This record gives sequence, structure tokens and C-alpha cells, in this order.
Amino acid sequence: MTRAALQALLSHWVRAPFQLLTLLIGLATATALWSGVQAINAEARKSYDQAASGIGAGAEAVLTAEGGVAQATFIRLRRAGWPVTPVLEGQIDTPAGPLRLLGLDAFTLPAGELPGDAGGTGTGEGAAPALDFITPPGQLLVAPATEEDLAGTDLPPRVAAQGVPPGTAYADLGIAQRLLDRDDVGRLLVLGPPAIGAPPLADLAPELSSAAPDAQADLGRLTDSFHLNLTAFGLLSFAVGLFIVRGAIGLAFEQRRQMFRTLRALGLSCARLLSLLTAELLILALVAGAMGVALGWLMASLLIPDVAATLRGLYGARVPGALTLSPSWWLSGLAIAVLGTAVAAAASLWRTAAMPLLAPAQPRAWARASESALRLQGAAALACLAVAGIAWGGFDGLVAGFVLLGALLVAAALLLPVALHLVLGGLARTARGPRSEWFWADTRQQLPGLGLALMALLLALSTNIGVGTMVSSFRLTFAGWLDQRLAAELYVRADSDAQGDEIRAYLAPRTRAILPIRSVEADLAGVAGEIVGVADHPTYSENWPLVAAAPDVWPRVNAGRAVLVNEQFARRTGRWPGDTVALPGWDAPIAGVYSDYGNPRPQAMVGLDRFAIMFPDAPDRQFGLRLDPGDVADLRADILDRFGLPPDQVTDQASVKALSLSVFDRTFTVTAALNVLTLGVAGLAILTSLLTIATMRQPQLAPVWALGLTRTRLARLEVLRALMLAGLTFLAAIPVGLVLAWVLLAVINVEAFGWRLPMHLFPLDWLRLLALSALAAALAAALPARRLSRTPPAELLKVFAHER
Amino acid sequence: MNARITRRTLLLSALPGAAMAQGFAGLGAGSGDFAVPQPGTGFAFPRDHGPHPDFRIEWWYVTANLAMPDGTPCGLQWTLFRSALATGGGAGWATPQAWLGHAAVTTPERHMAAERLARGGIGQAGVTAAPFDAWIDDWRMSGPSLSAVRLQAATPDFAYDLRLATDRPFVPQGEDGYSVKSAEGQASNYYSQPFYAADGTVTLDGETSRVTGRAWLDREWSSSPLARTQTGWDWFSLHLDTGEKVMGFRLRDTGGAPYTSATWITPDGTPTPYGDGAFSAEPLETAQVAGRDIPVRWRVRLSDRGLDAEVAAINDAAWMDLGFPYWEGPVGIGGSHDGIGYLEMTGYD
Repeated sequence: MTRAALQALLSHWVRAPFQLLTLLIGLATATALWSGVQAINAEARKSYDQAASGIGAGAEAVLTAEGGVAQATFIRLRRAGWPVTPVLEGQIDTPAGPLRLLGLDAFTLPAGELPGDAGGTGTGEGAAPALDFITPPGQLLVAPATEEDLAGTDLPPRVAAQGVPPGTAYADLGIAQRLLDRDDVGRLLVLGPPAIGAPPLADLAPELSSAAPDAQADLGRLTDSFHLNLTAFGLLSFAVGLFIVRGAIGLAFEQRRQMFRTLRALGLSCARLLSLLTAELLILALVAGAMGVALGWLMASLLIPDVAATLRGLYGARVPGALTLSPSWWLSGLAIAVLGTAVAAAASLWRTAAMPLLAPAQPRAWARASESALRLQGAAALACLAVAGIAWGGFDGLVAGFVLLGALLVAAALLLPVALHLVLGGLARTARGPRSEWFWADTRQQLPGLGLALMALLLALSTNIGVGTMVSSFRLTFAGWLDQRLAAELYVRADSDAQGDEIRAYLAPRTRAILPIRSVEADLAGVAGEIVGVADHPTYSENWPLVAAAPDVWPRVNAGRAVLVNEQFARRTGRWPGDTVALPGWDAPIAGVYSDYGNPRPQAMVGLDRFAIMFPDAPDRQFGLRLDPGDVADLRADILDRFGLPPDQVTDQASVKALSLSVFDRTFTVTAALNVLTLGVAGLAILTSLLTIATMRQPQLAPVWALGLTRTRLARLEVLRALMLAGLTFLAAIPVGLVLAWVLLAVINVEAFGWRLPMHLFPLDWLRLLALSALAAALAAALPARRLSRTPPAELLKVFAHER
Repeated sequence: MNARITRRTLLLSALPGAAMAQGFAGLGAGSGDFAVPQPGTGFAFPRDHGPHPDFRIEWWYVTANLAMPDGTPCGLQWTLFRSALATGGGAGWATPQAWLGHAAVTTPERHMAAERLARGGIGQAGVTAAPFDAWIDDWRMSGPSLSAVRLQAATPDFAYDLRLATDRPFVPQGEDGYSVKSAEGQASNYYSQPFYAADGTVTLDGETSRVTGRAWLDREWSSSPLARTQTGWDWFSLHLDTGEKVMGFRLRDTGGAPYTSATWITPDGTPTPYGDGAFSAEPLETAQVAGRDIPVRWRVRLSDRGLDAEVAAINDAAWMDLGFPYWEGPVGIGGSHDGIGYLEMTGYD
């Protein structure tokens, strides 16, 4: 019996292969988007964990001082019984890009913190390698990929070690001091409790400030926003995908109601039927899940280079551009597919279980659009709006931002059927003649069946509008900012200070102005960052983009009486014009705040004269040149030729801008790709919903046909209806999308990146999107409409003949 | 090239005892450019209380047999090892001189041990001969001279602070300080100060107790003191109730019988060295300590002096579970002589 029943149940899929395909595609796409995003997140997180777990992960506190902790202080604390170890962090420029250098003291670092520590103790490891590590020229421990990148550079010998984050090198502290030209020991990690009788830190070294270790290692926190973003996208896509699955499963169940009744009548118990159906779904879920996980892997490996670029560009976080996945990832992908199927099928299974044996096995074409159901949905939407309001008004932080975002989207989706119901009711009142009256009434009647698909479409469209507006606003702002910021026509970097002087002497008569660019790594209010010297020239005072300024900002900065800080630093630490910032040896008043997109680190700008006094040893070999744009190409060739500089050390404004914008665009490739995918999934959802409804609508269409409306006209009306519903949904999506964009720009961006962006509107993009969604709806409606137009009249007549 | 530049490598190369006991390549292989102990060199004090950076390894090794006011025995260990990763070398951070400290407290019920690691050159660890000062972090042995020192060590779990003083001379071990360690002739420079009277406090489990008793200092430096086939040692420093002191060791050898050596020291500090075979030590009983069978009761004999005594650990569990593990703890002596002392056993893996 079981066998026969199973055969009967499965035969449905043979008769409806397209339905099977839809179900599998829906589930596989949903799983793919979800697991792909998870794979990307996992890969990136692994890199941060390596970065974070490597050094000082177990530290109890981090001690910092203005200008770095003095070496004598380190020794004093050790000799007083405090288990501290120094970490000197800095950046060195290499031809392969900036390299983050961590100087460590292997003697005081806890065992196992240096990569490679876990190894055995066998013979053959003499003192030699350790000696090479601590004595000049020293060695750099780097990730294997970084070792390749650095091949041929004149840095100390590189040694590949697993567990070093990409783009980072570990060196002995003494070696790092030499490479970074510093004599302090950076910061101190407190590794545990002090010895009995050790004096308090405040007595031993009052100049040190103590912080929890995560205040320093905030890479994970910074990038959390990005991953939360991706996760939200993945979840959204998964939810949209589930709409498809729900549609396909619902269809398959509805169409088999007769079969279920027959099987039950033949003696198959309800429990047996349900377990057979469950097994069938499980198999389908596993097959689709496997496909989805494979697709997800493909998607992740295609997108991860862009993700890596994004993370590097936005946060300076290094993530390898390749994917390594654990078995648990594959399993979780399958699990989410099964879970999703269970959620999507729950209602159908429940209905089958509750089906009275003798009731007519008539497919229910629609659930009556009851006023009470709509009222309930409206109430739920209002509750979501309340949650959004609380998240916005009552809480700060990224999570609150995303709660606000999520609650707004869910509320909008829930409100959509209510809104459409009202709008269609209004339109019905304008109807003239029975045909249009029937059209509006029938459309309204179909809302419950199409509601889920339309909600999916709304989510996809508003996400597209919102994220698109955010990215385009950002790009516009960024491009304008580049124009302001890159005011000099040509940028030159000499190999040494002496060569810099030579070049300057040569260029003085050939340019309108030479603007030195000098910078040092330094602590800003105890946080590692950068201090830049700024020349006294209208290039800056007229162009430099300030988001907040005190009166006389430029004269004060140029006179060395105040500084500028970047927006990230201002927002994170709450320091604005009128406050001060502790720089090495100077509690500097802040006169202005400038926007500094794409820079993850705190930065301050000091008048060049004061900078030269504060940091006499800072390199002085970079400058911007002001000249006529027409002379740029010639002068560049001349400098390259005369001083033998590599081409990348003499760059013109245009190519810097082009490069910056290309980096920017690459940054948002992932977002764009996910956007398109989500929209595609929503289109598929409409298709399955329409297919589901189409077959069930024969009993409703047959009388209209019998009254004289031809099949072709009916089919046209079907397409028109789909287009109209998509259009109405699109109209609803515009305000939702704009609210979304505002939340992204004014809430999420500030929390995640530390800058707030002005919002610009791009109506042309909306038109494109409208066309796209109309196309999706038309395509989705075309297939069922075509089928309707070809339905043999005999089929329609059967509606009257059979007692269905 | 694989990265083996690890703290562990540094640690191991800084550990003379373990290095030797485990036939560790860096030290078993030969002395390379390092200086080699020569017979008949003798000592010049206070200069030789200070470090000898031309030699690969060196230590300042203090053990103390103390008693609390209620008579409970309490053993203390304070050790500073110096290990040169290379001869000569740079200053500051680039110094090849690595330093390692071990400290332990042992009572019949408790045994606690800790270690510290540092490099020379930056002030975190080092030794000066006059005025005498030896330190690593906050662990310190400082005097006006090595005959009157303050000995301190503290960890989050235990601490001690002792005054050690004596008016007796330093005692050369072996032939005038040239202590042979194998039949092949490996040797070290070695002298002791076994006559310290000790007085101070010990803090354990949050309670500070007054302690008094005796202490023993070993000073030793060399570059390749063990033969390749030697796998570990059993080292005894004994305070006999009659006033004599005995230093005796047994170096276990995979190739055959252990190599033994001993010095009999009269109460006025006159040493009599004994070469291989005169001294013997046989395990009588082992205990399971840290998953190993460790001999905790011994029969030691030096027939020439009528010594035939049983030496038993005061606390079997005196396992030094540090970067390299070994057993070190106070012992009691019975039999032909009564007394107290310290026992160190390495190479029981």
C-alpha cells in the first residue's frame, strides 16, 4: 500500500515537471543565497579571528600612552611584578601596498601566541632561527600569500607561517622599532593578575591609560556592520526564495487533493499519508539543498574577491580572496533548506491533515479575503512600526539600526495587501460596465493568493531602491569629495628626503606651488592613527571638504594653534570643534572636521610648521604640485625621466580619481549582484504564484468565458492584471525604498563607517526598475496566460459538466 | 621555509637543564664558538659571581630548606638561568642573551612553581657582580655581596622574601671548580655556597609565615656540559646534621652505567671531590607524578665517608610543570646520617 501510495504521489511530479523544476529552483536559489552569504561571512570572520586571536586576545587590559609607552615604563612594570608584554604596531609602505607590522616580544608573550608555536619540540630546532628572529636584520613572520606579495622587496627576510593574518607581518619588537623608526614599545597588554605585593599601576605609571582589549582590536566590530549587511541581504533573499517554495508546494498539494482523498478512501491512514508527504518533501529539500549549497559555493567564490576588496577599501581589513569551507558549512546549508521547506510546507501539511475524508476535494481557489484577516495584518504592521520607532528613538548602535530597517520592511510588506485592497476597492468604484466591474472584483479576490508574491516583490523592489539610492548618493558625494580633495594636479613621491629636496628645487620655477605632504603614525587620544601636516595654501583652505568648522578655521590651523580631525574620529569619540584631542605632546584644540571617506583610521591635520616641530624626523618626500592642467603630462614625463622614479610615484590627479572611483565601484559590486539576484527571485515568486492560481481559477473563468469573453481576451486581462499589480506594488515600493535609503545613509552608515552622507534621488533608476519589474511580472503572467488562451473549450466546459 | 621562530624555541634554547637532559640538539651538538671550561682556571671573586657571556649557559641556583614556626618543613627554589643564543652579538633588543627564572615553594601538602622569561640588554633581566644583583622582572637576589643577599620572588599565587647570610667561603666543586660531567670529558665551571643561614617570610594561599633554615647556592657555567648519550640527571645537595655538606649527582646514560660525581664539604668549607663511581644513588621507590614514574626515595652512598643514607621527598608531587618540566623539591635524610636537602631530577619523560 505504501509503495503504491508513494508511486501515486510521485507520479504527480512526472506529470508536472515544470512545477518540480520551480520548486527545486526556488529552494536551491534561496539556499544558495543564504549559504553563499554565510560562506563569505565565515571566510572574512576567520581572517579577523586570526588577526584577533593571534596577539593579545587573552589580554585583560591594554595600556597606552601618548606617543607610545616608553621602553623604560615597560621594564619598570615588569620589574614591579606586572605581567605586561609590548605590542608596537605600525605600517610600512611596500611596493605591494601597505604592510601592517606588529612588533612583539617573544619572551614575555604568552606561549602559543606567535604562529607556529604549537609545533613539537623535536631535535634539530636549534637556537639559530630564534636568534635570526631577534637579531638584525631580523625576520618577518607573514602569511604564505603575503610572502609571495613581498617577494623581491628589501624588507627583512620573510618567513611564511600559518596563522598570520594576510597583509600583516610579525617581527621582534627591536626589529619593528628599527623598521618603524621608533624608540617606544607601542602599547602594553596586561596578560594576567600582578604578583602578590605589586604596586598599583596608577602608582607605577600614572601616564598610562588602561582600556579593555576590544577597544583596540575593533576590526571585528567595524566589519560587523558589513557582515550584518550581507547577512540581512542573505536572509532577505532566503525569505523571498521561500515565497517561491511556498507557492510551488501549495500548488502541488492543492492539485493532489483529489488524489489524497482517493488514497485515504482506499484505506491509507492519515498518519501514513502525512509521513509519505513529509518524506517526499524531505527528499526534495535535500536535493534542492545540495544544489543550493553548490550554487552558494559558486556565488561565494565569484563574489569573495569583491568582498575582500570592499573590506580592504573600507576598513583596511585583510581577507584572502579565496574560499575554504568546512563540512559544517555544507551541513548547515542543507539544514536551512530542510528548515525552509518545513516552514513553507507547514500550512499545506496541516490542511491535508485536517481535510475531512468525505468533503469534496475541491481546490480552494482563494481564501476569502476576509476583512478580519486584513485587520489582523494591519495590526501586525502597526506593531512592527512601533518596534521600528522604539529602535530608532530609544537605542543607538548598529543592531538598533538594522532592527529599525527590518521592522520597517516587514511592516511595509504586511501593509501591502491592506493597501492594495483599499486601492482596488477605490478603483472598483470607478468601474463602468460589467466587464470592468468583474475585472476589479476578480483582481481583489485574487489578492490573498498573490499577496505573498507581491510582498516578496515589494521587499525586493524597495531594497533595490533603498540600496541603490544609498550607493548612488555615496558615489556622487564621493566623486565630489575627490574633486575637492585632489586639488593638486600632480602628486610626487621621492625615494628619499634628499631626492625630495632635489626635485623640489627643480620644480620650483616650473610650477605655481609645491605643497609638501608629510605624515606620521601616531596616537590620537590614545588610539592608533595618523597625523598629517598640511601646507598653508589656498588649495586647502578653498577646497578641503569640511563637515564642521569653527570660525577662522584655516588661519588657526595654519598658525599651529588648532587642528582638523576626520569625521570618523569626530563621530566615534564625540570630539567636535571646540573640543580638544590629545596628540603627542599637545592637547590640540579642534577647529574643524573634514570628511575622509574610505579611511578606516582616525586622522588629524596639523599646520605644516607645527608638524615639522612636532615630528622633525617625519619623512619629507611627498608633495602635491599646482600647475596648468595642460602642462601635467609633459612635466610628469620630465620628472620620471630626470629623477628615475617609478611611474607609480608620480601620479596625476585624473588617474588617482579614476583609481579611487574604480575601487569604490568594486566595493559595491557585491551589493549590486545581490540586488539583481533578489529581484530575480521575486520575479520567480510571482511566476509560481500565478501558476498556482491559474489552474485553480478555471472554475471562475469558465463562467466569464461562457458569457462571451474570448479566451484571448481573458488571457490579455490576466497579463494586464499582473502588470497592474506589479505597478501598484512598485508605487508602494518607492516610499519604502526611500525610507530604507535614509536609514542606510543617516543611521547605518554613521554607525558602521563613521560618516553621514547626504541623500540624492535618482528617479531615472526608478524608471529602469519599474520597467524591470513590469517585465518580470509580464513574463511571469505570460506563461499562465498563454496556457489559458490555449485551453480547449472542452476543458472549460467540463467545469459545468463535472461535479468537481 | 617553515617558521619555527617561536617562543618555544626561544624557551628551549634558554633552558640548559632541559636542553641537556633531553639531548636537545642545540646544546648536545657541541660548543661551537662558545668558550669551553678549562681545568685549573680557578675563580676570581666577586667577578665570577657575575655572568660569563662567552659561555653558552650559566645559572644562579638557590634552594632553601626552611621551617615554619610550627615546624612544618618548607622548601624554596630560586633560579636564574642565562642562555646565550650566540656569542658576542648586539645590544638592546638585539642581544643574544636570554634569561629564564624559576621559582617554587614546596610544603608537605603544597607545591607551586612559576617561570619568567626575558632577554638581556633591555634591563628586564641580568646580573651584576659588585654590588651583587641578579634579577628577572620582580624576582631578585641582591646584596651588598653574594655572602649577604636578599632573595625575593612573587607570583599571583605565592611569594617569598628571605635574607641569606654566611661568613664561610665559596666552595669550588670538582677539581678546583672544574666539574667533569662525563667520561668523555664534558665539564663545567662550578662552585657553591652551601652555608647560608636563611630567615624571612613565605606567602602561600594568602597567608604569610615566618620561616628560618638553611640555603644552598650553586653557580655553574659551561657550553656543552653533557655527552650526547646522557639523558638526565639526579642531583643531591644535602645538609647533614653533623655540619657537613654533600653534593652528589648521577648522570644517566643510554650507553651504560651512570656517571657519578660528589663533593664532601667539611663545616669549615673544605671540599673533597670524588670522581666517577665513588658516589652512588639507587632509586628505592617511585611515585606517579604528572603521569610519570618518578623516584621519590633513594639510597645514597659515599663509602669513603661512611655515608649510607636514605633520601626521601618531603612532597612527592614537587613537579615543576613549566616550559620544560622536571622534579625539584626538598628531601629528608635518614640512615647513617640525618639531615635535610634538595633533590633535582631531570629527563623523566
